[in-house]
Amino acid sequence: MSTETQTRSGQQLIKDARARIEELDPSQVNEILEAARNNGSADDAPVILDVREQQEFEQGYIPGAVHVPRGHLETRIEQAVPDRHRRVIAYCSTQNRSALAALTMKELLGYDDVAVMTGGFTLWKDRGYAFERPLSLTPEQRERYSRHLLIPEVGLKGQQKLLEAKVLLIGAGGLGSPAALYLAAAGVGTLGIVDNDEVDLSNLQRQVIHNTERIGELKVESAKRTIESLNPDVNVIPHAVRLDSDNVLDLIRDYDVIVDGADNFPTRYLLNDAAVRERKPVVHASILGFDGQLTTFIPYEGPCYRCLYPQPPPAELAPSCGANGVLGVLPGIMGLLQANEVIKLVIDAGEPLVGRLLLFEALTTQFTQLRVRRDAEGCPTCGDGVDLENTEFEDYEALCAAAG
Amino acid sequence: MATVKIPPVLRPSVSGMSEIEVQGSTVGEILSGLAGQHPDTRGQLFAEDGELNRFVNVYVNDEDVRVQQGLETGVGAGDTVVILPAMAGGCLGA
Repeated sequence: MSTETQTRSGQQLIKDARARIEELDPSQVNEILEAARNNGSADDAPVILDVREQQEFEQGYIPGAVHVPRGHLETRIEQAVPDRHRRVIAYCSTQNRSALAALTMKELLGYDDVAVMTGGFTLWKDRGYAFERPLSLTPEQRERYSRHLLIPEVGLKGQQKLLEAKVLLIGAGGLGSPAALYLAAAGVGTLGIVDNDEVDLSNLQRQVIHNTERIGELKVESAKRTIESLNPDVNVIPHAVRLDSDNVLDLIRDYDVIVDGADNFPTRYLLNDAAVRERKPVVHASILGFDGQLTTFIPYEGPCYRCLYPQPPPAELAPSCGANGVLGVLPGIMGLLQANEVIKLVIDAGEPLVGRLLLFEALTTQFTQLRVRRDAEGCPTCGDGVDLENTEFEDYEALCAAAG
Repeated sequence: MATVKIPPVLRPSVSGMSEIEVQGSTVGEILSGLAGQHPDTRGQLFAEDGELNRFVNVYVNDEDVRVQQGLETGVGAGDTVVILPAMAGGCLGA
């Protein structure tokens, strides 16, 4: 028995492996990924397999890549890629480890279609193709969010989703104040706030994100300061404007979830139509006196605001809190119920309040739940066949004025 | 006898009550009965053609009467009828 014939240099081994494995340029891999994205079906798209070490992976990886370090290939690959007929494209930092991994998969583990990306992640990044970095919590974040990390429904994954989430609050008033405070405390990474109003003494009975020293200050700036001292992880984006048909699409486009705490019907109808058009979920609450209403609108999955209220009521039946008053804790309760709905949507846990309208009566402490259905036939916003893309937004001020 | 829940905006029209017991076996009978007892509510509930105003939702046992039989929807003794107009308020300002 001779050992000579089996001894090869490492370089030779890699060279032999590369000769037996299909090689793809990063540009080809990028095309394949784009085609798969446009196709929409992830099932027959090739698996992108990252075989580098954990520390390398943490510096960045190709979006959607499955990570199995080469040293764990034999023990973990079957779990990561159960289908041996599926196409696999392996990469490392150059192409040496991925070539060896690919050869092992093909010749010893029975995977029939394994290719390697030449130049690896180094070339991929140099060419300017998209990559992601895994979020990992700092020791301080682990401490700050420790009570979230202990709940399985949140955990590290949920907390990372919260940190990546972008939530837009319409209004930094009665509903927006508690919602913003608790969403910030929960670690929602980006909070946009739309409000062009200034802090007034009469706000402070319920708008707990502001304080007496801030009277006269823009609400968005006051809210930003409070949030930043509560949680530096949160990036607050102040939008000191009034939501209107010219700015609504640009305002909502970059956010994942919208919290509707508006104080008037034209804004609520406009927001609804824009959110349906952009397919953004809206967590809605409204309040008056001792009574609150809450629901979550997810476009086309459930009803929208127009399915629930096709027409605004006339002015005498639509008093404002400014005119009729409101119990200070009521927006606190309703705003926190909104924050709860937002968090559930972001971490994808529980049952969203879709198709259900929750009424709260503070005076008797009663909750009532009503069913709301999408009006696919008649809704002027989300009804079948309504082409929102090519429709101008209605004149909601006129719509609401006409109702009166 | 059904219980009708009165929303805040209608309470001034019913002497401030938040719940009223009304006789009737359909939504139409009950709301007409309510309007009979409290005439100020009539214009708020009904349009001139006698149909429900579009901006008022009425629920019998948690389901919108518009997906049931409208004003003909049956109401049993002990059922709850909820009258629900949209509310604007989030109390941004004033």
